Amino acid sequence: MDLLAQQLINGLFIGSVYGLFAVGYTLVFGVLDILNLAHAAVFTLGGLLAVWLVEAAGLSLWLAFPVSVFCCGLLGLLLDRVAFAPLRQRADSNFSGLISSIAMAIIFESAALGLFGARTVRFPAHTISVHIWRWGGISITSLQVEIVAVAILLMVALTQFLNRARVGKAIRAVAENDRTARLLGIHVDGIIAFTFFISSALGGAAGILFGLYFDSLSPDMGRSIELKGLAVIILGGMGSIPGAILGGLAFGLSEVLTVALTGTSNLRDAVAFTVLFTVLILRPAGLLGRKKMREA
Amino acid sequence: MEALSQFFAVYGSLFNFIGINALLALSLYLTLAAGQLSLGSAAFAGIGGYTAGILTMKLMVPFPLAVAAGSVLAGAVGLVIGLPVLRLRGVFLAIATLSFGEVVRIVVLNLDITGGAQGLVGIPAITTTSGIYLSLAVAAYAIARLRYSRIGWCFESIREDETAAAALGINTTYYKTLSFVLGAVLAGFAGALYAHLNYIITPREFGFSVAVDLLIYNIVGGIRVWYGPVLGAALLTALPEILRGTGVAAGPVRMAINGLILLLVILFLPNGLASIFMRIGKGRAKAAAHAIPEEV
Amino acid sequence: MLLQVNDVTRTFGGVKALDGVCLSIAKGEVHGLIGPNGAGKTTLINVLSGVMPATSGEVVLDGSPVQTLPAYKLAARGLARTFQNIRLFPAMTCLENVIAGQYLVAPRPFFPRFFCLPMAWRQEKEHRSQAMDCLARVGLASRADFPAGALSYGERRRLEIARALASRPRLLLLDEPVAGMRQKGVQQVGGLIRSLAAEGMTILLIEHNMSFVMELCATITVLNFGRTLTTGNPDAVSRHPEVIEAYLGASEDHA
Ligand SMILES: Nc1ncnc2c1ncn2[C@@H]1O[C@H](COP(=O)(O)OP(=O)(O)OP(=O)(O)O)[C@@H](O)[C@H]1O
Ligand SMILES: [Mg+2]
Repeated sequence: MDLLAQQLINGLFIGSVYGLFAVGYTLVFGVLDILNLAHAAVFTLGGLLAVWLVEAAGLSLWLAFPVSVFCCGLLGLLLDRVAFAPLRQRADSNFSGLISSIAMAIIFESAALGLFGARTVRFPAHTISVHIWRWGGISITSLQVEIVAVAILLMVALTQFLNRARVGKAIRAVAENDRTARLLGIHVDGIIAFTFFISSALGGAAGILFGLYFDSLSPDMGRSIELKGLAVIILGGMGSIPGAILGGLAFGLSEVLTVALTGTSNLRDAVAFTVLFTVLILRPAGLLGRKKMREA
Repeated sequence: MEALSQFFAVYGSLFNFIGINALLALSLYLTLAAGQLSLGSAAFAGIGGYTAGILTMKLMVPFPLAVAAGSVLAGAVGLVIGLPVLRLRGVFLAIATLSFGEVVRIVVLNLDITGGAQGLVGIPAITTTSGIYLSLAVAAYAIARLRYSRIGWCFESIREDETAAAALGINTTYYKTLSFVLGAVLAGFAGALYAHLNYIITPREFGFSVAVDLLIYNIVGGIRVWYGPVLGAALLTALPEILRGTGVAAGPVRMAINGLILLLVILFLPNGLASIFMRIGKGRAKAAAHAIPEEV
Repeated sequence: MLLQVNDVTRTFGGVKALDGVCLSIAKGEVHGLIGPNGAGKTTLINVLSGVMPATSGEVVLDGSPVQTLPAYKLAARGLARTFQNIRLFPAMTCLENVIAGQYLVAPRPFFPRFFCLPMAWRQEKEHRSQAMDCLARVGLASRADFPAGALSYGERRRLEIARALASRPRLLLLDEPVAGMRQKGVQQVGGLIRSLAAEGMTILLIEHNMSFVMELCATITVLNFGRTLTTGNPDAVSRHPEVIEAYLGASEDHA
């Protein structure tokens, strides 16, 4: 019983990182109707850059975190400029955008490989002090709590920002209908660029938290989360922020539960992708998504 | 004569890979030709490869029969998957086929008969270079002929505008499924040839990154004409060797060049490298076309 | 009657785009369909051609009910249409667009082509010359090898008609075929419709250009807010008080 409870808690922790990753992913899709497959590469770069800042540049984690996140935001701007903005007027911009994001993913991944090497790295041992709390057979580390706190803080901040701030409202207007937004005098291209900044910054933050949680980072760490992120945003409904958060948590839980129930980690992803496949066929708009998505 | 056999001793396996990749790229091309973005080709190749490999290795089935069985099974799975999945459009179709591919990979990874993660070892190496290229020639010729048959016109019409195609009397569901199944059969066939090339196949050789590679071959070569995917597959498969010949070390730089080629093609040659050849033929009509004055 | 529409209703959420529409078209007739913007004309054509199902009601084509058939089956029964917002295949040339339109009449089998049988080549030549005839009919023969995406607006509308004609339909639904065209193009399309009618084709014509409709159609049906306002000959329709009010009420000045 304790084991199961422990697994559930672990599922929530990892699920919150998935959620954070997926929020950025789904934000771009909601605004542009484009799947940005380079998101996972930004996630990787964010994590690796933070390690480098701590290890080689000697920053504290509390400084390295925002610096790395900001750099990832800049990568987002670069992505928009190079890979998406030039294709925006094309009739098949959904398709060509997907392709150019694959190209950028390859380029970013090769940059990660070139800059940080192929080896697996971790944050230095004393980057962050860790306490462990125990209740019976359940243990929670302060690191886990901090990770969840940061992830939830960022997601809440984003939601508030989209609902309250002027720029946030403008983003939602562009997501709703960019032509109308343009008529309302919204600087659509600027809003899109800003959306990429936020999305990629969140992706980078997720990469850092992921690296802290698993205590290991490598240039191909984006590979697995890329597919999981897709599953999460489909599950939650493409473009839906709350959907991405819930989807992330659900996905984290389903992973640990599959492992707990089958006793092996081999089937972990199978369950997830079977669910994804079924959801797509039965309810393409996802659990919380908007209707129109089958057409997109 | 001596030099030629020397050449083949060094580059023979590269030629084999080019031929197989070209076949696989053509299989995806069949589906893309009808406007359906699938990331399932690699999985169909896996189904064909494992089926044929198991048949020849464990049941002593004659090679041609095993290859046929692999292709047919891949096509049958394509039919079962295609019917529900092809109601989805664009990236949603891509994600659904992708998750199907992941499920196939994980199933293969967990079965005993497929050899799990170690792969299927000890498949007789029956496939020959001439066999591969003969198949490639027939497949390419058939696809070129298909383009101007009724089926080809239907694919083309559906890709351009599904609603208009239906209004012309085209049963779009039927032809979309046909394009998917034909693609699956050819992918299964290529996978079966591939399985009998090197004694061993592993689940990784049919995973997500291979599916993306096949898409890249098509985009770089061009999806407007049958030789596009062949060109793309040949160029990108040979590229690592070419780069090694010119002294570019393995690793990040080669990877970055791959990404850059893809990016440049999608930005500046939306119809792929093949459009360079097509231009020569159609250049005059296009130049004249731009001179038409607007009537309204 | 070739086509009969009985009490057809179509709703979008709460909006009743069609509200009990009745209409019948005799063989060989050129039937006009007019009405202010948003009256439901395009929706009716969409329902008739199977692009969207009717919410309720019955459509009878040549004696059998067809309201549940999908678009491709209706096309096989001899119905062809054009789209108000023009849906060509932009990456194909003009000739290729018409060839795509020949789906129902040109088998173009694969195996004779695969084995290079002379028969395939002969048939292809014949089909191509028929496609050229369609282009010539709408005055686009000289544009055969131009990409459809590079045509002017009026030429696109005419190419769409040519593509619809390629399947040799019995019933042709035209959604604003001369919208945005210059006088010369309008006359050309008018002549084309007349010659098609002379050959016995049945045509349902939507237009805002009132003099164009009055000139070509023996019978006109007026839609307003999804309802049939009246049906009659051009003279009676143009004098109908409710029609005048509908157009003035909607402050229409196309007339
Ligand atoms: N796909 C749709 N979804 C929702 N509402 C629709 C849809 N198509 C049409 N409508 C609504 O149905 C009504 C009738 O539209 P329709 O396009 O049939 O008018 P119309 O007579 O063709 O007008 P116009 O002369 O401007 O072409 C309008 O109120 C329109 O907003
Ligand atoms: Mg209309």
